[in-house]
Amino acid sequence: MNELTVQNSSVFHGKRINRRTKTVILIILISAIIASALLAGVLISDEAVAADFTNAKQKPSFEHLFGTDWLGRDLFARTMKGLSISIVVGVVASLISAVIAVLVGIAAATGSKTLDGFINWLIDLVMGVPHLVLIILISFACGRGLKGLLAGIAITHWTSLARLIRAEVLQLRSEQYIAVSRKLGKSNGWILINHILPHMIPQFVVGLVLMFPHAILHEASISFLGYGLPPEQPAIGIILSESMKYLSSGMWWLAFFPGLTLVIIVILFDRLGDNLKMLIDPYSAQE
Amino acid sequence: MIVKRITNVFFRYALRVITLLFAVSVIGFTLVSLSPVDPVQQYVLSVGSVSPEQRAELEDYWGLNDPPVERFENCLSAILHGDFGTSLLYRRPVIDVIREKFANTFALMLCAWVFSGVIGFILGCVMGANRDRAADKILKRICLLLCSVPTFWLGLLLLLLFSVWLGWFPIGFSSPIGVMNSDVTIWQQIHHLILPALTLSLLSFANVALHTRQKLIDVLESDYVLFAKARGESKRQIMKRHGYRNIIMPALTLQFASFAELFGGSVLAENVFSYPGLGSAVSAAGLNSDVPLLLGITLFSALFVFTGNMIANLLYGAIDPQIKESYANE
Repeated sequence: MNELTVQNSSVFHGKRINRRTKTVILIILISAIIASALLAGVLISDEAVAADFTNAKQKPSFEHLFGTDWLGRDLFARTMKGLSISIVVGVVASLISAVIAVLVGIAAATGSKTLDGFINWLIDLVMGVPHLVLIILISFACGRGLKGLLAGIAITHWTSLARLIRAEVLQLRSEQYIAVSRKLGKSNGWILINHILPHMIPQFVVGLVLMFPHAILHEASISFLGYGLPPEQPAIGIILSESMKYLSSGMWWLAFFPGLTLVIIVILFDRLGDNLKMLIDPYSAQE
Repeated sequence: MIVKRITNVFFRYALRVITLLFAVSVIGFTLVSLSPVDPVQQYVLSVGSVSPEQRAELEDYWGLNDPPVERFENCLSAILHGDFGTSLLYRRPVIDVIREKFANTFALMLCAWVFSGVIGFILGCVMGANRDRAADKILKRICLLLCSVPTFWLGLLLLLLFSVWLGWFPIGFSSPIGVMNSDVTIWQQIHHLILPALTLSLLSFANVALHTRQKLIDVLESDYVLFAKARGESKRQIMKRHGYRNIIMPALTLQFASFAELFGGSVLAENVFSYPGLGSAVSAAGLNSDVPLLLGITLFSALFVFTGNMIANLLYGAIDPQIKESYANE
């Protein structure tokens, strides 16, 4: 009993911020960044990132926050545009992936034993090929482009969430209220929609938020390798791969700032996902 | 008895690996044939001028006019005979290219694997033993931070810092430019290996460290450690008698199970440092539509990952009696 009160008081009296407050702050920060990146993607016209040789190779200053590149393009504008592309790709890909995960997870837990075995085998298969190699293969199959990028990321990311959901549904199936529903004559479909799916919503949201940073990192990696979007669309990976040629001439800002922006986004989403997970499932806070 | 059980597990796993590899080759083949990129066109581009008749002959020779299933059968029987075709990019048999490139990649991955394992384990122990103190909090932050950093960006930063500014390491290639392969000394090779290996290990040690920390905390909270304390064992004795012994095998298992991430990371690290290994070969193969090489490396990487997973499973079975029993019961 004593321990409990001590723990509580450290949360309320100490300088630590409450987890709910933290989550809200994170959500506000993230939405602000996403909104500004998306706005930038629409508002920043092509002229703003057009070549301007009089201003080429400038170091970061107040006029050009991130400096300019070898063609005189403003790196800040380019990064924000790239970020908007990355965010759209990341959100769409992780959304597809999370939906796949829910469907597959529920199918594995409620279907026949053969189906469950097959899905397990499928998960082993997807996890057995290094993701990057699989994405390269898929984007090669789709002829390199947005479609291949989305398909590649979506197909490689659903596995761990699917396993989580499978375990959760298996546990739910043995709950008493499911048995009662069944005795009341409800069909399997009714139970699925009214009892099981609502339970999956928190898992789905957390899984989605935690999947997003991975998706965006893979998007950047794969466009860094030269797959995915065409070079005219300045995704962050492309900006970074272009910067490699100019590293030896000391233009460090070309590589530093766009990457840093990406890392900040990834960290914020990771924190948000962790905090949401702990709010939904306090037991995992012990981990 | 134990030998029998292990061979049993081994064979069951081998069967699984074979079906998975077969599936990988089917999927890989399907994906490649779905691709709108025309391999003949790519070959023609790389060779130069080819007349339409020669082109048609090439298509016939490669069997592109056959139905896909027949092509797949031909392809599979060739693979089973050890013939992976000829790489368009390197103009050599794919198996030779893979062998040569894998030697480079293997050196890189081995360094990174050992280094990240050792560092990760030590840091994990430090964090676990000093739970919730300043050292633990700072190290944990660093580990979480490293989990969110893209491999290639870290590589670029290291390249900037050590190669461009400090000039300690060369910018890329596994050997100096303009020197014959046979003249390259082992020191030069190591010199070129350090930065990519460092990049790769910096990214993977965080995982081991966090895992080891958690395991150690679980151990230190257990009843038998409480009893050891009651018997008057010192902290050092507890770590030595109960700590390390219980956490080293799970950490090793985790390291073996992380071959997929290692391979993925090496693709990026090799591209940043233009290190001539499998990773840069696979991305070049995809970009230049070198279908035989792409398929070959995909199969090879899958085999590599499955091998790691199998070792991890066997280790796991060897250390965890519960799993051992479940094997026996099956």
